[in-house]
Amino acid sequence: MRFKVTHRTAYEYAEPVAVSHHVVRLEPRATSCQVREQFAMNILPEPAIRRIRTDYFGNSVCFFTLQELHRDMEVVAESIVNVRLEMPPAPALSAPWERAVEEFRDPVSPDVVDPYQFVFDSLLVRANPELADYARESFAKNTPLLECVLDLNERIYKDFKYDPKATIVSTPMEEVLEKRRGVCQDFAHLGIACLRSMGLPARYVSGYLRTKPPEGKPRLVGADASHAWFAVYCPELGWVDFDPTNNLMPGEEHITVAYGRDFNDVSPVGGIITGGGEHEVKVSVDVEPI
Amino acid sequence: MSDLLKSNRPTAEPWLLEQYRQSIKGYDELLSPDGTMRPQYTGLIGDLTRLGRFDLKHRYDVARRIVHEQGITYNVYGDNRGMERPWQLDSVPFMISSEEWRGMETALIQRATLINQILGDCYGQQELIRSGWLPPALVFAQPDFLRPCHGVHPPHDTFLHLYAADLARSPDGRWWVISDRTQIPTGAGYALANRLVTSRVLPESFRDCQVQRLAGFFRELQTSLAQLASRRTDNPRVVLLTPGPYNETYFEQGYLARYLGYSMVEGQDLTVRDNRVFLKTLSGLEPVDVILRRVDDDFCDPLELRSDSMLGVPGLAEAFRAGNVAVANSLGSGLLQSPAFMAFLPGLCRHVLGEDLKMPSVATWWCGQKKAEDYVLQNMDRLFIKPAFRSHLKGTNPERGMTDSERAELRRRIAIQPHLFVAQERVQLSTAPVWNGERLEPSPVTLRVYLVATESGYKVMPGGLVRVASGLERRFVTMQKGGSSKDAWVLSEQPVDGVSLLHTVGQEVELRRVGNNLPSRLADNFFWLGRYCERADSSARLLRSALNRFNPESTGSTLPVLMPVLNTLIEQGQLQAPTSETKLTAEALEADLLAAIFDAKRPGSLRGIADHLQRLATMLRDRTSNDVWRVLSELDDRLTLPTTAPVVLAGDAIGVLNQTVLGLAAFNGLARENMTKAQGWRFIDIGLRIERAIYLCTLLRNVLQSDDADNPSVLEAVLEVADSTITYRSRYNLLPHIAAVFDLLILDDTNPRSLIFQLSQLQKHFDRLPFEQQSAQLSPGERLLLECSTRVRLMDPAQLAELESDWGEGEVAQLLTDVLEVLPRISEAIAVSYFAHSRIARAGGVGRRS
Repeated sequence: MRFKVTHRTAYEYAEPVAVSHHVVRLEPRATSCQVREQFAMNILPEPAIRRIRTDYFGNSVCFFTLQELHRDMEVVAESIVNVRLEMPPAPALSAPWERAVEEFRDPVSPDVVDPYQFVFDSLLVRANPELADYARESFAKNTPLLECVLDLNERIYKDFKYDPKATIVSTPMEEVLEKRRGVCQDFAHLGIACLRSMGLPARYVSGYLRTKPPEGKPRLVGADASHAWFAVYCPELGWVDFDPTNNLMPGEEHITVAYGRDFNDVSPVGGIITGGGEHEVKVSVDVEPI
Repeated sequence: MSDLLKSNRPTAEPWLLEQYRQSIKGYDELLSPDGTMRPQYTGLIGDLTRLGRFDLKHRYDVARRIVHEQGITYNVYGDNRGMERPWQLDSVPFMISSEEWRGMETALIQRATLINQILGDCYGQQELIRSGWLPPALVFAQPDFLRPCHGVHPPHDTFLHLYAADLARSPDGRWWVISDRTQIPTGAGYALANRLVTSRVLPESFRDCQVQRLAGFFRELQTSLAQLASRRTDNPRVVLLTPGPYNETYFEQGYLARYLGYSMVEGQDLTVRDNRVFLKTLSGLEPVDVILRRVDDDFCDPLELRSDSMLGVPGLAEAFRAGNVAVANSLGSGLLQSPAFMAFLPGLCRHVLGEDLKMPSVATWWCGQKKAEDYVLQNMDRLFIKPAFRSHLKGTNPERGMTDSERAELRRRIAIQPHLFVAQERVQLSTAPVWNGERLEPSPVTLRVYLVATESGYKVMPGGLVRVASGLERRFVTMQKGGSSKDAWVLSEQPVDGVSLLHTVGQEVELRRVGNNLPSRLADNFFWLGRYCERADSSARLLRSALNRFNPESTGSTLPVLMPVLNTLIEQGQLQAPTSETKLTAEALEADLLAAIFDAKRPGSLRGIADHLQRLATMLRDRTSNDVWRVLSELDDRLTLPTTAPVVLAGDAIGVLNQTVLGLAAFNGLARENMTKAQGWRFIDIGLRIERAIYLCTLLRNVLQSDDADNPSVLEAVLEVADSTITYRSRYNLLPHIAAVFDLLILDDTNPRSLIFQLSQLQKHFDRLPFEQQSAQLSPGERLLLECSTRVRLMDPAQLAELESDWGEGEVAQLLTDVLEVLPRISEAIAVSYFAHSRIARAGGVGRRS
């Protein structure tokens, strides 16, 4: 499927901003089943500095600086992405989870150095015994890894209520665990933490999800949102994605933008402003099948 | 005297070393196992013995005095009042022979070179990981591996510009590295300070022993940092980035900045524009080429590194990656500080440098490897277990053994995340002679050494910082509390060039004339220094005047006379406004006045103001003289009542107030005499003038609002507070008269205490400020000021004489009210034009999350 994705972020400041620096990760990356056909990013006012680089995880990052007094700023990223439907691997065919754990126990082969780094704690996702206990229920002895993860994915979906008001970007995972509520970011982090607590590499994926309007209703432009899910590393199959918010394994309706150890590595739009007082951010995302 | 003492001593065992030998347990730096003195010490010990006990005691006193006078301190965290601890120094130097030093030098250069190459690989190709020489987890699991810095190419491929290592001598006499400092190698400044004090206290020995000098090392550092500049300029700007005055080594940072000639800046003094770093100064932005950082690397950029950092500079990481600014040590250098690396250095050294590691590290087991983990779990009580990476985790307590529950807890944690723990052999330290007040005794020591990267490889500072453990308990290295330090003398085989850099350091003229490039934040600090000094002065005068007139026996009649003074204090928030419930009794008032002086918790109390001053003085330490520093510290000391103080009497308080007023006069004199024409002084004076005008107007308005405005006793008090009694008497041979007093205090431009004088001074300062000179139009601040002084000049005080009461309703009172409204706006206008360090804020942009 082809999609045109428009991601618009607009800031309004109460007082003029003298200088602001931003880091954005909005350019969808190429994956085994996704081709980015076009990408353009417009920034208003025009930044004095604009540099694009590839970060440690291979995501495209744009750094830009506005250094003339400004009271508002807008970033519009438009991409055309072609997602090829690739049937998710059959979970039953994966090797038992213990083998994957064994693979990442010392001594670890230099061949799996890349996934290995996703076993460890990161800023927002720390393994803890409580999470290991929660995860263990899904990991019966000698069960294929992906079956375990699929079960975990479903348990997160069922045990946690989707509630956009319950958390903010910086809500710690302990609180999510206690409240049993959150949004995609929280559920993705939760899944990652559970897997890491078991000794398995897991990463955070940021992107978009096509939303379908209710039967007979027109599609609302700009009503979509950023989405996030997680992926587990399976020694024979490589990285396999899971979406705990929707209790499924992503197919052709998930568009990948970036991945990293947690949200902090892939935050779509971030910045530090000097001055500005109170500020207001408006974000709209539109995922249009074309 | 010393001859007398000496003659009583048997020559065989000098008095200095009585009981020394009996206390030795392991390797001793002074005596060999057979009791003979090691050759590097003979000259020194001979000198000290000849000096005699009395002289030596005296020299220790001198050392303490120099430390106090130079304000050499070490901040102790979590200790608010008295946070600054005087630096502890034992004047008997630690001696190292030139032969031994040569071997150490070679080994240390090898180690620094190796560490630098490992850093380069981790932040580059990562060959060492792929080829199995470095366990991947050691790098990837570390919070100190800064991924945004991966792929940078710092100038000359140097990641480690300054390196320090802590060394200990094992019982067999070999030196071991017990820790590597790659993040921020602290202490070189303290080593320099120690050298300054020690060489002054023992000048004869310093000369005779042929001690290698430290100055060359710092010159190498200067040269090497200057060469990092990417701009083609003869005069690259290097700044020292400090986390601020609450950092434990803040003194050292200022000391080094002064010594090396660098501006000491905080994160908010810098800004990134056009992908380059600039220093915000009064006259605009000035490019910065090199940052010598004392801020941990992950705190250096809130945009890309730790987002909760308030110490960094947004955009710095990108400017650094672009090669537009050099940072020493490189962002990311903290990675190699993990003790876990020590376990792999021997193999890495053979692989990377093709030679054996010349100086061993303390035996180290990193639990990230299964074999090591098993070994550690089997030897838990014998080893010293600690976090492998920077973290909140706890290891074993170095002071005592583990309880069963502690051991079980640690075992559990290691099992869950073994890679977070490392274990090391407990170190038995060698001992060196330390003066105990009567004679020398052996105490455990470690030696911190410093290296700098130069074009021709690493250079070692010939000396170092010796830290002395408190007490003879020496199974482990603990230096945090109560430890002392020493200078290390590396001897030379040839006579050392007689020109000691340290003499010039000692006599360094620290009063500086600062030019237009004064960083904006410092201008802000100077401004508030001026305001708080004047606030302290005015408050002290008001309080003194109140206490002087206050007499418990005559409350009834004196109180009305005091009311304008008391109301002024109330208006400034220093006294509590009497409510309907609290009757103004003499006792209550007296207690309230004393609280307004001594109670640090009361807002606006004199003591509170003095605390503010002390803080400001700390932040301006590298821009003001030692005398200014001393005057302001003494101010705070005087107002600090000992916790065990008996009841304070009004008479004592008046004494304290008198001294406070004198101290502030000394400050003003020093500021004026020592800082004339510099921007720093200008901002102090602007602050002072504004504050003085505010106090004066408040007092005069309170006089006009009282029913006794024309009462000579009231006016007398006003003249006294405004320090104009003598001037008044010299002009008018009569009792204070309202019109004459107001004329003198408002309009007389020859009276340095008058309102118009303050306004004229402000006008003069405005004319010389950089921005005001650039524009033909009046700035907002200047406009306000001009309007204000014109109105004041047009005022006619004679009308006050015509009124019999209701002075508060007259034009003069109205004018004072208006001036009081304008003054804060002038202050604000200055702040906007010159201090504008707007707060930075995080602008997230996630929007709705599905």
